Amino acid sequence: MTPQDSNLQERCGTLIAWGAAGSVTMAFLWLLGDLLWHGLSHISWTFLVSAPRNAGREGGIGPILVSTGLIVGICMAVAFPIGLGTAIFLAEYTRDDRPMGRLLRGSLDVLAGVPSIVFGLFGNALFCQALGLGFSIASGGLTLACMVLPILIRTTEEGFRAIPLDQRLSAAALGLSRQTTVWAILLPAAIPGLLVGSILGLGRAFAETAALIFTSGYVDRMPESLMDSGRALSVHIYDLAMNVAGGNPNAYATAVVLVGLLVLINLLASWIAERWTTANHLPA
Amino acid sequence: MISSSNTISFHSQTDRLLLWGLRLLSLMAGGILLLVVAFLILESWPAFQDIGPARFFTDQDWYPTERLYLLTPMLWGTLWATLGSIVLAAPLGILSAIFCHYYAPPLLATWYRRLIELLAGIPSVVYGFWGLVVLVPVIGQLHPPGPSLLAGILVLFLMILPTIMLVAHASFAKVPLSYIHSAMALGLGRWAMIRNVLLPTARAGLFTGILLGIARALGETMAILMVCGNVVQTPSNLFDPIRTLTANIALEMAYALGDHRSALFVSGLLLMGMVVVFVVMAEGLQYRKLDDTAR
Amino acid sequence: MSEPTKMATVQRPVAVFLRCLLCVGALLGQFSAEAKEGKLVITGSSTMAPLVLEMGKRFESLHPGTRIDVQTGGSSRGIADAVNGLADIGMASRALQSQEGNLHGFVIAYDGITIILHDSNPIQELTDDQIKGIYSGIITNWKTVGGLDAPITVVNKAEGRSTLALFLHYFTLSNRDIKAHVVIGDNEQGIKTVAGNPHAIGYVSIGTARYDATYGVPIRLLPLRNIPATLETVREGTFPLSRPLTLVTKTEPTGLANTFIEFARSPATHDLILQHYFVPLAD
Repeated sequence: MTPQDSNLQERCGTLIAWGAAGSVTMAFLWLLGDLLWHGLSHISWTFLVSAPRNAGREGGIGPILVSTGLIVGICMAVAFPIGLGTAIFLAEYTRDDRPMGRLLRGSLDVLAGVPSIVFGLFGNALFCQALGLGFSIASGGLTLACMVLPILIRTTEEGFRAIPLDQRLSAAALGLSRQTTVWAILLPAAIPGLLVGSILGLGRAFAETAALIFTSGYVDRMPESLMDSGRALSVHIYDLAMNVAGGNPNAYATAVVLVGLLVLINLLASWIAERWTTANHLPA
Repeated sequence: MISSSNTISFHSQTDRLLLWGLRLLSLMAGGILLLVVAFLILESWPAFQDIGPARFFTDQDWYPTERLYLLTPMLWGTLWATLGSIVLAAPLGILSAIFCHYYAPPLLATWYRRLIELLAGIPSVVYGFWGLVVLVPVIGQLHPPGPSLLAGILVLFLMILPTIMLVAHASFAKVPLSYIHSAMALGLGRWAMIRNVLLPTARAGLFTGILLGIARALGETMAILMVCGNVVQTPSNLFDPIRTLTANIALEMAYALGDHRSALFVSGLLLMGMVVVFVVMAEGLQYRKLDDTAR
Repeated sequence: MSEPTKMATVQRPVAVFLRCLLCVGALLGQFSAEAKEGKLVITGSSTMAPLVLEMGKRFESLHPGTRIDVQTGGSSRGIADAVNGLADIGMASRALQSQEGNLHGFVIAYDGITIILHDSNPIQELTDDQIKGIYSGIITNWKTVGGLDAPITVVNKAEGRSTLALFLHYFTLSNRDIKAHVVIGDNEQGIKTVAGNPHAIGYVSIGTARYDATYGVPIRLLPLRNIPATLETVREGTFPLSRPLTLVTKTEPTGLANTFIEFARSPATHDLILQHYFVPLAD
């Protein structure tokens, strides 16, 4: 290779790298700009609290925000204890080379990859029909709980694993029981991981559509109980975009609200994660 | 972690209670996958019995009300859309990561990564909505009707690019600094170093990202449902509308009954099978990568 | 750490944890117990859903403590849900067929199916044969039927929709003959697709199409066999593709379901029916 050749290659390489990054940025700025341009002007306090009218063309998203909150609330209320317990079990009571731990971890990895529409099918068959919950906020929340578990467990487990072994050994040396060690020493230390995991799970739950269409349904009215059908934000965007002529302005506005919520959630997660890594000294 | 539970801890009553509680919760978490698979099989069983597995591939067409249950056009739709999006997203995602690590000034790199992270969190229905109102009309002017395989590929490409880029970014970060220093000491240019040193070293991580991207593209539903036109046919060119397996479930589940409903669960099972293969492959690669770095 | 503080630190997380579990359990139990008598679930035809939703709202205001939940999905689902008990009442935008004789059907209004084009499409009329040709893929360019030189985008309904079944029946087509470019579910989706594509052709409920057209959606309703698609021609029975909108129950309706069906058939809802561009029952 002559120096000229390699020089040319270097220039091409630089060009390609900048070009790729530039085109990707352009595409995404187009997307985000389009959303903000069309959506921001429709958002107001009234839009956030009032009920949708005329199939969602007019009015706001009040009941939809409430339904979304309830669905996500149930999801987290169910997923959190199971996730925490499993994470403690995986981090403190099993080892990678034991079949039990490997099996559990493997099944969670696979679960993380299962397409959301398949969760929708499953939730419809199990919660709506077999358990008789029907199209309801409860069915939707439980389906989402199954979906967010893997990410919740993974992150929480990492939080526990980041705790220095010294702390466990000191606790044992002090004669603390395993239970006390877990609750009084490890859990407080792992709270950031737990928070980040929960927030990431929350984000995934907020963003979900496919798993909710057949479990929590389309009804866009204020839910009165958890057995009522309720429409999530993402399902509202889908419905306005696909099924309602003249629904685009409100779909844009709802999309901006949803993306805004998710950005907030992600910022919160990375803020906690950053604070945590700087505040804790890493294990030697 | 305390691995030798026999030596360190007291075997008090409460400790045992806690352990059993944790075991129970873990069992629930691990059981979900079994439950999902069990329900898919249970619900698709009638279709296997009444229709038989072969007919999903040999029937003339997909008209469930006329009792025709061909799945292959939708399988092709899924595969072509996935293939197209990965062909676009893999190079651009990896190049984006390279840009971030080795070309961009630090401030720009941080912002670029923030942007991509932000995009990784945007819900698929928003991508689909944007595709529907912006992309589809543009394609429609180019070559009617507009909702097409191409629209699906482009939307999927945007959706999986962040996944691939972030995984690639992480695996470039793991390349030992000494490799880079040695390459520099040898007088290699930036591009030559990337091509000959970094790409081969980070190979396993890059493949993991691509496989995860494929798994996401295969399973994506809402975005694809909104931009692809949903006509059941094997696409003959980029501008043909298609229906994917996922879109088929989302479209017809609302009113499907009997064998038709069962057939949708069969496509769910098929989908899950494909995704699991890719996820397991990705995990396998990740373990290999760990071994590599450990060596 | 003093003893009481230590105990508190140890037990607080446990207590919080248990309390969380308890709360969830109690919440679920409480709310499921609240699934009350005064609730009707109505599912089915997307043509009828907006109308029945409005009827439900008025019914709720007249009968406090009741709740009417309306979900769409298509006539087939409406009938199926009514049969297997997932819904109290099903909605079908067609007459009950003879093999469905064991069900109870209650007509609440009449509607028709109309061909729609984009408002900018110069075509004013199509014969039955032309429509048939377009849908079976023989005619693929608007030029052939006297329009612009542009390829036709054929919008078809998904299976399980009575609009599709009636359309196929009227034009003596089989769904397998149709060469569609876009397959849609609900009426609104069809209207949205046609409104967004100047070269598209679709068919939807007259009521939904008129409703959207008056709200400024750029679509045009084509006459069928020279008969305009209006409320009048449906009322007179001259429009060739018309159909009854039917509420379906599995058994003779009693209680709340019966009250609602009577309400839906009464003159008290005629203004709602007219607002949705359907034809009310004769007084």
